Amino acid sequence: MSLFFVFLDLHLQKIPRVVFLGLTAGLLCLFAQTAGAQGKTFKNDMAERTRACTACHGEQGRAGPDGYYPRLAGKPAGYLYNQLKNFQEGRRHYTLMTRLVDPLSDAYLEEMAVYFANLKLPYAPAVQAKVRVSDQLLQHGKKLALEGDSSRGVPACNTCHGKQLTGIQANVPGLLGLPLDYLNAQLGAWQTHQRKAATPDCMRDIVKRLESEDLVAVATWLSTQNMPLNSSPAMKIAEPLKAPWRCGSAPELSRVQP
Amino acid sequence: MMFPTHFWRYFAILWLAILGLLGAAILVDNHQDIWTSTTPTRSTDLHQQEQAAKGQQLLSLGNCISCHTDRGAAMGAGGRAFETPFGKVYSSNITPNSEHGLGTWDTQDFWRALHHGKSKDGRLLTPVFPYQHTTLITREDSDALFAALKNLPAAANAKPIPKPSETLDWPYGTPVAIAVWRSLFFKPGTYVSEARQSPEWNRGAYIAQGLAHCAACHSERNAWGALTAINDFSGGLLPVLNWYAPSLTSAHETGLANQSVADIARFLKSGQSAQAIASGPMAEVVQHSTQHWLDADLSAVATYLKDMATQQARVALKTPAESEKKSKASPSSKVVSLGSKIYEQHCEQCHQRQGQGIAGAYPALANNRAILLNDPTNLVQAVLYGGYPAATQLNPRPYGMPPYILELDDREIAAVLTHLRTQWGNQAAEVTPLQVNRIRALQGH
Repeated sequence: MSLFFVFLDLHLQKIPRVVFLGLTAGLLCLFAQTAGAQGKTFKNDMAERTRACTACHGEQGRAGPDGYYPRLAGKPAGYLYNQLKNFQEGRRHYTLMTRLVDPLSDAYLEEMAVYFANLKLPYAPAVQAKVRVSDQLLQHGKKLALEGDSSRGVPACNTCHGKQLTGIQANVPGLLGLPLDYLNAQLGAWQTHQRKAATPDCMRDIVKRLESEDLVAVATWLSTQNMPLNSSPAMKIAEPLKAPWRCGSAPELSRVQP
Repeated sequence: MMFPTHFWRYFAILWLAILGLLGAAILVDNHQDIWTSTTPTRSTDLHQQEQAAKGQQLLSLGNCISCHTDRGAAMGAGGRAFETPFGKVYSSNITPNSEHGLGTWDTQDFWRALHHGKSKDGRLLTPVFPYQHTTLITREDSDALFAALKNLPAAANAKPIPKPSETLDWPYGTPVAIAVWRSLFFKPGTYVSEARQSPEWNRGAYIAQGLAHCAACHSERNAWGALTAINDFSGGLLPVLNWYAPSLTSAHETGLANQSVADIARFLKSGQSAQAIASGPMAEVVQHSTQHWLDADLSAVATYLKDMATQQARVALKTPAESEKKSKASPSSKVVSLGSKIYEQHCEQCHQRQGQGIAGAYPALANNRAILLNDPTNLVQAVLYGGYPAATQLNPRPYGMPPYILELDDREIAAVLTHLRTQWGNQAAEVTPLQVNRIRALQGH
């Protein structure tokens, strides 16, 4: 390859411009073709092993195109693993997921979770709401997300989901970069007990205290927020949870950490 | 013509007498174990710990825990729903919990459940519990199983498990219906060794016909949901679940006669072979049961099944007419071009241009028996839902197939399946969109 460039370099002045351009274009095509073919060759790696996942969740788990299949890339590994187990053990319900994970071992599910957690990909800018939403709704959602509602004993989302709402290692997911449809469906599923987490299920206790309008407001606000520059989950919770709050899926939140 | 009144009276009495006798006969038939004391005495020659360890192995041979555990619930605590054409049946709690489980049972009660299909209180069990098969289990093995179950953590059920009488359609859950069924189709039995065969063959037959209850899926059930024989492995469609369990004796379906004993054993242990992948309910069986079997047992079952298939092949040679009938497809050019387009878009990357697959990762479709089965149910299931083979010690990180239920419609699935069944030397009947539609509808999507 370098020989070819040397050749080009030496003879550049003698070759008409058009021929040079043609050669470059041809070379680029050749490159593109081999790259494409390489994408098709079989590799004994996790990308190959998770084809069944990425068919819906997008290439490298960067989210599906239809606004329902959430992003997997870069989410905390513990969170992803817990979700796979939740599908397997009937705390979350989606036939396609359940049938896929059913025959797999814990070790393999964990390997898959770690694989997607370690894929650091840039986020696309947040999609603005398709229908016009009132400022009032957005303000209400923002208040719930960042301040909570002490009158109903509802903590702010950012108490547990990271100051920047990008999640906390290793078990709490970020709330940004998710499509509105997905957020609405999940909060709705928690409301109707279709989605559960390991007991004590803190999300269930929180959703129980909220009305449907509150859930829509907070989902709408979250879905319109851009990801901060550093999208990685926080390493630990800013202040350990005080009793009686405890989360079965993320017991470390209640512990004072060094 | 008129008959005098007393004639009708005698007529009625005659019928009542016949019905009464029939009823009494069924009653006697179902409860004769109470007065015929043929129960072998319990064995005491094994040390308790050894016995429990042996029982643990037997539990995996029978895949007991898998059916007696609900999703996400305590091991052995029951409550898993089984849908049948007659309604639902929930498995029972077999942990040593004294209120919900077998805590108050003794080895005699347990033996009676396995051998006679009766609960401790004498209630007749529904044949969803495969006592047509478990009746073959020896008293010694029954005691070992019970010892292993005693070692499970005792688990209570948060909600009471519904009784079959509440969940089966009337009248199937009534004691009378179950008694009649048992009189027609169930006879307590023991495994009788075939002297002509090796001990290994006999061990395999004892496991396959009894504890492992292979024929519960691998044979057709009649209109009453009963099996004609526990050593009939001629294949059958699982009702409600909607998977076809292929014939274990047919050369076209599983071809065990032409495989080595080691290969058959390896398939049961790993869930995958160069020839086939265990999917659907069989993946579950491999995951929870066969991958944990001792090599000697795997080899015994493989020896027995291979021999059954070989015997069948000899019978088939004498009467070749029906089994050799091959259906050839002649799909329209529209179907052909749609099928090859879909194949190129969605399948070729893994299964390759010539359907040769990638060894160890993606199965070959060319000359693959699963592709050529008359009944396309499993193929439609695979395309709709995709799936992974069971993760086993021999195949801990399997490759998977994505679901296509949201991407392909009935017409497209039918065309691509027809493509697979008619390419690369494959010769099987065309799959129609109507067939795909019916299978999809049975899945509730």
